[in-house]
Amino acid sequence: MTDLTGDTPPPETTAAPKRAGHGLGANLLGWLQAAPLTVILAGFLVAPIIMIVIVSFWGATEFSIYPAFQFDNYEFLFGSPVTYRVFLATFKYALITWALTLSIGFTVAYFLAFHVRSQTMQIALFLLCTIPFWTSNIIRMISWIPFLGRNGIANQTLQDWGLIDAPLEWLLYSDFSVILAFVHLYTLFMVVPIFNTMMRIDKSLLEAARDNGASGLQTLRHVILPLTKPGIMIGTIFVVTLVMGDFITVRFMSGSQKANVGRLISNDIALLQYPSAAATAVVLLATVLIIIAVLLRFVNIRKEL
Amino acid sequence: MSKMRYSRRTILKGGAAAAAATALPAPMIWAQEIKDITLRQFGTGVSNLNDVAQKVKEDLGFTLEMTALDSDSVTQRAATQPDSFDIADIEYWICKKVWPTGNLQAMDVSKIANYDKIVGIFKDGKLTPDSEIAQGTAPHTVGFIPEPGATTFADEQTNWMTLIPTIYNADTLGIRPDLIGRPINTWAELLNPEFKGKASILDISSIGIMDMAMVCEAMGEITYGDKGNMTREEIDATFAIFTEAKRAGQFRAFWKTFDESVNLMASGEVVIQSMWSPAITAVKSRGIPCVYQPLKEGYRSWGGGIGLSSSLSGMELDAAYEYINWYLSGWVGGYLMRQGYYSAVPETSKDYMSENEWGYWFEGKEATDVITSPTGDTLAQAGEVRDGGSFEERMGSVACWNAVMDENQYMVRKWNEFIAA
Repeated sequence: MTDLTGDTPPPETTAAPKRAGHGLGANLLGWLQAAPLTVILAGFLVAPIIMIVIVSFWGATEFSIYPAFQFDNYEFLFGSPVTYRVFLATFKYALITWALTLSIGFTVAYFLAFHVRSQTMQIALFLLCTIPFWTSNIIRMISWIPFLGRNGIANQTLQDWGLIDAPLEWLLYSDFSVILAFVHLYTLFMVVPIFNTMMRIDKSLLEAARDNGASGLQTLRHVILPLTKPGIMIGTIFVVTLVMGDFITVRFMSGSQKANVGRLISNDIALLQYPSAAATAVVLLATVLIIIAVLLRFVNIRKEL
Repeated sequence: MSKMRYSRRTILKGGAAAAAATALPAPMIWAQEIKDITLRQFGTGVSNLNDVAQKVKEDLGFTLEMTALDSDSVTQRAATQPDSFDIADIEYWICKKVWPTGNLQAMDVSKIANYDKIVGIFKDGKLTPDSEIAQGTAPHTVGFIPEPGATTFADEQTNWMTLIPTIYNADTLGIRPDLIGRPINTWAELLNPEFKGKASILDISSIGIMDMAMVCEAMGEITYGDKGNMTREEIDATFAIFTEAKRAGQFRAFWKTFDESVNLMASGEVVIQSMWSPAITAVKSRGIPCVYQPLKEGYRSWGGGIGLSSSLSGMELDAAYEYINWYLSGWVGGYLMRQGYYSAVPETSKDYMSENEWGYWFEGKEATDVITSPTGDTLAQAGEVRDGGSFEERMGSVACWNAVMDENQYMVRKWNEFIAA
């Protein structure tokens, strides 16, 4: 579909000579207009990444780092079974969080977009979703701790109701609490893009589906879902990159008992092992980029924006 | 005497006035110049107290900016950002790590008024002439350098001190006696399956490894040559025991900051864990029973001191010396001792504590009246005795000092694996 609309060469060829006519002036203007962004990106994105890559080949002592070109850091990284375990744990967090945020996010967005009729109400409810985000990330996360603790509200309530005899230990400082916090923190990143694309679906398409005898479920599967894909994909990129790069949520919610790649990096930094941290960061960056590249094969986001 | 004291006015007033001036409290003399001085101090939360900064402003006139960080961040900053601080309040094992970077400058002992009164632990390593020196990075081993600018440590006392000792303490396990209900007397109890899912250890590798070693040794599993400087085999064996315990669900959580340890204990998530003295105080002040349990194997001890940034010079350097002398003159010592720490010069602190407080905190006597913290919370009732007893009893049974070992990098990697296990 994209290719058909994208491959319309005629206007392009006629425009080219015209541009050439304006000569260097127009070209220069174009370069100048792009310059500020280029400078900012080069200075604050490209240069730091290059620096990280360079440092990842350096060596480190107790208290200093020295320039070198050695593969020690990578050798240790790929040679340690911990690395694989930790990457696996990171994927696990990302996958489970993604599945949960997607199902919750999609449902919420669907409700807002198709069940709430008045636009005022839609906006009001949408704003309601964002209210928790007025507080800091850390606060939202830490407030789970007293709630889920051994003598926390959740356990006491369940015991009062007679559902359990002894407090549930796995509620806090476990994979459960980590994923719960992730879902809580990041579901909105799913809701927003999905809601946005759903709002742009032409309502007459739904009517057409209904007129042609499609059931509600069929409409959802064959009309709404395909048309919301870009939104889902944007949400997915948000959630996956956030979870993959996180370290503080894992540290607090697991009581430092679990590790993901971010924690590996933060531990290294805390212990002044910058080159080793840089090497891990490079591998993580490459992993996330590959994931995003794969995701983008499924949906052409730019078409939809 | 510092040159700041010879301000224009004192010189004009002549020799007699100058002599008198040295006897008067310093701020009166150099108030004008000193007001503009700001010293930036950073260190761990234990001694970076805003009350101290306020008192400095009152007594000495200059501004002290405090930044509190965790031990790892402190090391990192001292090693990598020498221009971001004037005074580093660090532990002795951090000093061992940071000193070779050249970011700190040695102090002239002759400018320290109370040097002679500093406890022996920081000078020749001995509390009393016949006491034995514990394992680990004992403060006196990294306390002196042979000459200014040296990056190696001296074997004996010299005129150049790396850190001026400020506070120190003997650490042990904290327990919730009400939830355990039986006596605890050995480090080995940390891994007792009875406390499955209710134990914790601190997630700061250089300190955590020492607690681990105390436990493994108490269990009779490993005999260490020197707990403060383990071999790779010893490190591997230690982590093997703890990894097994972790996988079996022994630990509820690991903590990294002071308040995390307080919350774990106060909420009952954990009933036995490595802990720091003021954390016990904090739990107790909430009305929750908590004991800093003396154990038969002895204490794991630590000491902190103030180091000067190598970039300090001139007026600021003089102000820093004033600050150090003030620090050792008693007020801070009294303040910290009423929280359960010890001052490097206990006798000067005595003047700033009541007889009851001195008896309770230092001499291990029964409290004759209610003991309160510097902030006014009740910590002990009349008749209670401090956990572990007197200064000599506690500091006399130190089994090892916090340390940084030769195989530190290897240990750190193993620590990372342990956390991820």
